Amino acid sequence: MNTVNNFVINIGTLNGSGSQSSNNVLVRSLFHMGLPVCGKNLFPSNIAGLPTWFAIRISAKGHLSRKQENDIVIGMNAATLIKDQINTKKGGVFIYNSDLKVPLFQEREDVTCIAISFKEIVDTVTPSVKLKKLLTNMVYVGVVAQLIDIDKDILISTVKKLFSDKPQVIESNINAIEAGWNYSHSQINISNFPFKVKSLKDANKDKILIDGNTASALGLLFGGCSFMAWYPITPSSSVAENFHAYAEKYRKDKNGKNNFAVVQAEDELAAISMVLGAGWSGARAVTPTSGPGLSLMSEAAGFSYFAEIPAVIWDVQRVGPSTGLPTRTMQGDLTSAYYLSHGDTKHIVLLPSSPEECFEFGQTCFDLAERLQTLVIVLSDLDLGMNFWISDNFKTSKKPLDRGKVYGEKELENNPHFARYADVDGDGITYRTLPGTYHPQAAFFTRGTGHDEKANYSEDNLIFKKQMDRLTRKLETAKPLLPQPIARGEGSLGLIAYGSSHSAVVELQDLLSDIKISSRYLRIRALPIVEEVKKFIEKQSMTYIIEQNRDAQLCHLILSEWPELYHKIKSIVQYDGLPLSADYLYEKINKTENLS
Amino acid sequence: MSQFDTLNFTRQDYVGGKSTLCTGCGHDTITNNIINAYFQSGVNPYSVAKLSGIGCSSKTPNYFLGLSHGFNSLHGRMAPLSVGVSCANRSLNLIGVSGDGDSASIGLGGFVHSLRRNVPMVYIIENNGVYGLTKGQFSATADEDATLKTGESNPFSAIDLCALALEAGCGFVARSFSGDAKQLVPLIDAAIRHKGTAVIDVISPCVTFNNHEGSTKSYNYVKDHKLVLQELGFIQPQQEITVDYEAGEVIEVKLHDDSILTLKKLENDYDFKDPLKARQVLFESQSRREILTGLIYFNEQKQSIHNHLNLSDKPLRDLSEAELRPPQEALSEILDQFS
Ligand SMILES: Cc1ncc(C[n+]2csc(CCOP(=O)(O)OP(=O)(O)O)c2C)c(N)n1
Ligand code: SF4
Ligand SMILES: [Mg+2]
Repeated sequence: MNTVNNFVINIGTLNGSGSQSSNNVLVRSLFHMGLPVCGKNLFPSNIAGLPTWFAIRISAKGHLSRKQENDIVIGMNAATLIKDQINTKKGGVFIYNSDLKVPLFQEREDVTCIAISFKEIVDTVTPSVKLKKLLTNMVYVGVVAQLIDIDKDILISTVKKLFSDKPQVIESNINAIEAGWNYSHSQINISNFPFKVKSLKDANKDKILIDGNTASALGLLFGGCSFMAWYPITPSSSVAENFHAYAEKYRKDKNGKNNFAVVQAEDELAAISMVLGAGWSGARAVTPTSGPGLSLMSEAAGFSYFAEIPAVIWDVQRVGPSTGLPTRTMQGDLTSAYYLSHGDTKHIVLLPSSPEECFEFGQTCFDLAERLQTLVIVLSDLDLGMNFWISDNFKTSKKPLDRGKVYGEKELENNPHFARYADVDGDGITYRTLPGTYHPQAAFFTRGTGHDEKANYSEDNLIFKKQMDRLTRKLETAKPLLPQPIARGEGSLGLIAYGSSHSAVVELQDLLSDIKISSRYLRIRALPIVEEVKKFIEKQSMTYIIEQNRDAQLCHLILSEWPELYHKIKSIVQYDGLPLSADYLYEKINKTENLS
Repeated sequence: MSQFDTLNFTRQDYVGGKSTLCTGCGHDTITNNIINAYFQSGVNPYSVAKLSGIGCSSKTPNYFLGLSHGFNSLHGRMAPLSVGVSCANRSLNLIGVSGDGDSASIGLGGFVHSLRRNVPMVYIIENNGVYGLTKGQFSATADEDATLKTGESNPFSAIDLCALALEAGCGFVARSFSGDAKQLVPLIDAAIRHKGTAVIDVISPCVTFNNHEGSTKSYNYVKDHKLVLQELGFIQPQQEITVDYEAGEVIEVKLHDDSILTLKKLENDYDFKDPLKARQVLFESQSRREILTGLIYFNEQKQSIHNHLNLSDKPLRDLSEAELRPPQEALSEILDQFS
């Protein structure tokens, strides 16, 4: 039997060998055929020579979370060849490079094994030793493309598009693909290859295939980010690098000068301090980082909260604690982000679950930071940030930028009794002035120490308590302004998740409905948690809270708000560093509920 | 109103709140000199932003220029803070006040890196060789073998912030003494007009924890060991200057705003534009345990961070929505790569 548009290809290579481009060609060709497809890169914390895998999933139903099983595996790395064969599903196909000398390697009986001498093929493509190495990976693109029936014209046009800025390499890459294709066509005799794709034509016409970090960078660009400070750290660096590259092109003034600043800081202590300075001074400022950087920013986070300075931290989470697994994914920073810093602090946290939301929150994070005059932390993660996701085309927001409550010279004329921390409107949000406001009433002294309404130093217990209570009120004001939870489906079984878990949970709902279990899923998109979550849990017979960390961090946040919900929730966690898989969730729920 | 629109301000407009420091603290004396320098320079106080870290010294921006915004930040973070403030609004006149603990210990990294970036600002370190606010522990600028009030002696070598500033490529490196108004006021005045970071390491005795016989940063020690490099006066472009010329050579330095800095050298052959010489005199004074004061190094050629980042002339904070947000066509063009 043929499996059409429903399988996983996993390619094992060495990092630094140029396999990235080859995998990109494959996944984009499938995308251009209108197929629902995603690409997940599993890579080491290393520059060259260590194993890396790229998993492409094609799913007719549009399920794009990680599958635990692989239908086609391509083994190009001697170090993992044995393991890669083991990881091929029974009945699957294992294509491997027979030039690799791997002692003890033996072909499996229950898997279709295809041994190919890639050296022989690539020798026909180029005499250059250097090019051979790179093009070997393009050869496997041709081989699988032929086997699974990728449209050849689309394949070629994809190569041309991908290398459009390097036209000199297009021909050699196409030649390598052709060589692989021809080899496969003439030498591999599998009468009925079990895994095929069939074009869905224009199904992806209004869609894009993009990684979350690029989407985030674009969100920041179109959200009017004018200042970025960062210190390089995987997996967040490409947010900064992409933002910088796009801003260089699209944010110039008429003299060719920059309507933005990007500063590579000396460390994260400096990066967040720069952001505080820029936010205080009236810029829309952000710092992209990951867990270790977030920890270093903790003191300044409290400053932003207490002195009420707009700032954004864009945390692309990776596996902690400590340096952890720097190139694997996790949702481990939820609690630390929410409470970041000493003393009583609580921050606005946004939880994007798709590239669309990375793009959207890249814009709204500044509106919220400036409106609420506080730190906003966006929690993306490595799976969302660095892997390829299908997404609807982005649209620029029609809503004007919200620059918050700022008094300029004119407003000060009408408000001669300006006091920086006076709650004039009763919503907990006070008015601020920017340095460089040419007015005798404008100045105030920003400090992290206790202060009264006029920002004067104060150790008075009542004044301090009043300011802290106002900050609590401000957080209440914030709640309706935040992205609200979104519910999906109807049923008595409840599911709650956030961030990159989304695709796996949607797939889980479908798996459950296949066995006639209907479920209702609530996706949380921001902290603090709103009342609707409580109502949801109360209504469902039982709610599973699904997250990618060991300690069930969201579960604990919910319980700390509403301890009475204790008997209504159960937790499912995955914390091995791999993207969440629907099969895993299904197994877990199956075990507890005895479904089958 | 322009940055140097001096007309309507009186000296009173340059003072701030009442100091809560110990009576006689060197930091208060510096505050007074800052007030005088800013008043004399004619900088519009509305154009000034005052930055500091944490420490007794870092409290002082509250005591001068009450019409200017102030940012009393985190311990050791004033330098990076200044990067953000300055980039967001390049038209601000920044003054930063830090301590030796603030800049030479917890904030050493930020100090050096902000100098590499050359943020236009007056960067004053009120250097007392101790942590005043935490009650008198040694700081990293305390001299080797200096003793604490408790009798404890410092075994570690001292960090010379001027030498470090030179290494980091700072284009304005000066040292002075809190009580030397005649030298410090013109130095600050010149620093205000310098279009990069102007570091002034001001020896500022802590009368409570560091003004005793064993300390090399006490009043008496500094008075006896101070070596004056040059005297300098600042000439405002619009008015003729009358300087109390002593003997020695007079040279004129043209600053970015075309104002003229006139320096009077006590040492006939000292050339503050010579980076090698600057290192040499610092090294020599260190080995003689003398405090060398004056403008040690000056180089107005260095590009500021605004140039390095190719910042638009319009302050980033003033950009309109249209300038901040590229049009939909730009988005379509970008997304085409991903379709
Ligand atoms: C992160 C952090 N660590 C420690 C402190 C405590 N602390 C406050 S001021 C200070 C030293 C200040 O010394 P210096 O900068 O020389 O200022 P001075 O008081 O001598 O003027 C220290 C260690 C703090 N405020 N923050
Ligand atoms: S402790 Fe020292 S530095 Fe602090 S205020 Fe008193 S004299 Fe000044
Ligand atoms: Mg000190």
